[in-house]
Amino acid sequence: MTTVSDSSPTTLDPAAPPARAFARQGPLAGTWTITRRELGGYFLTPVAYVFIVIFLLVTGVFTFHLGGFFEAGQADLRSFFTFHPWLYLFLVPAVSMRLWSEERKQGTIELLLTLPITLAAAVLGKFLAAWAFTGIALALTFPIWITVNYLGDPDNGVILAAYLGSFLMAGGFLAIGSAISAITRNQVIAFVITVVICFGFLLSGYPMVLNFFSAWAPQPIVEAIAGFSFLTRFDSIAKGVIDLRDLVYFGTLIALCLFATGVIVETKKGG
Amino acid sequence: MIEIKGLVKRFGDFTAVDGVSFSVARGEVLGFLGPNGAGKSTTMKMITGFLTPTAGSARVGGHDVATEPVLVKRSIGYLPEGAPAYPDMTPESFLRFIADIRGVRGTERKRRIEQVVARVHLEGVMRQSIDTLSKGYKRRVGLAAAILHDPDVLIMDEPTDGLDPNQKHEVRTLIQEMAATKAIILSTHILEEVDAVCTRAVIIARGRIVADGTPETLRARARHHNAVALTVRTDGRSDAIGAVRSELQRLPGVLGVEDASIVNGKASFVVMPKGGQSIVAEVSALARSKGWNVDELRVEPGRLDEVFRAITQSSAATPATARTAAA
Repeated sequence: MTTVSDSSPTTLDPAAPPARAFARQGPLAGTWTITRRELGGYFLTPVAYVFIVIFLLVTGVFTFHLGGFFEAGQADLRSFFTFHPWLYLFLVPAVSMRLWSEERKQGTIELLLTLPITLAAAVLGKFLAAWAFTGIALALTFPIWITVNYLGDPDNGVILAAYLGSFLMAGGFLAIGSAISAITRNQVIAFVITVVICFGFLLSGYPMVLNFFSAWAPQPIVEAIAGFSFLTRFDSIAKGVIDLRDLVYFGTLIALCLFATGVIVETKKGG
Repeated sequence: MIEIKGLVKRFGDFTAVDGVSFSVARGEVLGFLGPNGAGKSTTMKMITGFLTPTAGSARVGGHDVATEPVLVKRSIGYLPEGAPAYPDMTPESFLRFIADIRGVRGTERKRRIEQVVARVHLEGVMRQSIDTLSKGYKRRVGLAAAILHDPDVLIMDEPTDGLDPNQKHEVRTLIQEMAATKAIILSTHILEEVDAVCTRAVIIARGRIVADGTPETLRARARHHNAVALTVRTDGRSDAIGAVRSELQRLPGVLGVEDASIVNGKASFVVMPKGGQSIVAEVSALARSKGWNVDELRVEPGRLDEVFRAITQSSAATPATARTAAA
C-alpha cells in the first residue's frame, strides 16, 4: 500500500545493521501506536459516548443555570470555565481509573509489557490517549464559543488561554489518576482515591485549607501549599494571563506523576 | 538461541525460581513440566522480560534481557497464560496493532496477517469482538499475535490448556510445523503433549530443575521401564498360575513378578527387569518353550506421569524435611 513498506523487513531481520534498526527505535518508539490503540479503545465501548454526552450536558447546565451566562450579560466565557475544575474532579478520574487497573485485571499488561517497547512508551502512550480523549470532549464545547461570538464581541485570546488552562488542568488530573490506577486492579478504588487526591490539589488554594495550615505552619509552607492549587493556577490562565510558571507547574506535575506511574507499574506488575 | 544461567526470582520471602539454568537451540522444542506453582510461568515471564530476575541472567539471541530488553522482546513471540488480548478489539484490529508495534507495515503487514490468520483458522471471526469469542478462538488470536512477526524464539505458557481434543491437535500440529526453524519453549500439564511435540523435557519442582532430557531418557527412569506385561490363559487353575510365576522368577535378568491378577481365566503378570534391561526376548522364549497359551505379551516403555510423580514428589519432600530439621 505505501512505499515505506519495503524498509520494514529490515527491522525484523536479525542480520540487519544494528545502526539502522536503532534509528527507528528510540526509547519512545511505539508511543504513537499505543496512543492510537488506546484512543480507539475508548470509542469501542459506550464509555466514551456516555462521558462526552455527560460532559457537554453538565457544562451546559452549569454555565447557563448556575453560572448565569445570560444574566451576566457579558461577552466572555467566565461562567463556562469557572466550573471546569469541579467537573473534572469527577469526570477525569472516571477516564483515568481504567488506564492501568484494567490492564492488570485482564492480564493484558503481560502482553503490553512483553511487546518490543519501553515502559516509558507504554506509560506515555496511554496517558496521551486519555489526554487526547478529554481534549476531544473539551473541543466539542465549541458551540458555546460560537454562541458568545455571535452574541457579542469577546476577547478570543482570553478564551483560547482559558481553553489551554482547562486542557492543562485535565492533564494534571489525568496524570495523578494514571499513577493511582497503577496501584490497584480495582477501578472503583482507583476512582475514589483519585477523586480524593485531586480534591486536595484543588482545595489547597482555598482559605478553608490554608487557614487550617496557617494557624501553625510557617508562612513559606502555607505559600507552598497554596502554590500546589490547581484553582489558583487555572484562575490566572482563565483570565488570559499565561504565566510560564503555571505552564511549568502543570508540565512538572504531569512528568512527575507519569514517572511515578512507571515506577509503580514496574514494582507491582509481578503481584 | 536461549541461554539461562542461575535464574532466581524471589517475591518477598518466597523463592519462586531458585537457580534455573538451561539453554535451548534452534530446532528444539522444550517442554516445561512441573506441578502448579513450581515456577514455570515465573521463569517464562523472566525470559520474556515481563519480570525482572532477582539474580542470574537470561539471554535470547545473544542479547541480555536485563540490558537490552527491547531487542530481546523483538525476537520473541510470547503467548502468556490464558492468552490475554484486549476484549473490546476485533482479531483484525488487534493483529494490526501487534503488527504496527512490531514494525510490520504496509503490504507486508497485510500479507503477514493473512498468513497467520490462515494458519490458525481465524477467517470467520475477524470482525467479531474478542470478548465474544470462544476459548479456543481466543487462544488462536493469542497464537496468531505471537507468531505474526515470525520470531526466532517462541514461548508459550500452557498453549493447549482448556482446548478441546481437536483444538489441541491443531495447536500441536502448528507447533510441529514451526519447530524446525525456531527455538520453542512451552509449558504444559499434559504429559502426552510432551511425547507429541517436545524434543526435550525439563521438569521443575519448587523452583528447581529436577530432570532434563529427551522424553525417552526420562521414561527410562520409570520403575516400569522395560517391564514385560504377560497375560496367559490358565483356565482358572491356581497351580498353573503359581507355576508360571515361579518359572518367570527364575529367568536371568528378572527382578521380580508383580500384579498377578486373574480375569476371565486369564492371569496377568508384570515382570520387572533388573536395572531396566530388556528381558522381552527371554520371557517370550520361555513362554514358547513351556507351551503357555499367551494372550498378550507387551513391553512397558515406562510412563512419563509415573516419572513426573516420582521426581516432583521426592524433591518436594526434601526441602520440607530440611526446613523441619533446621527448625
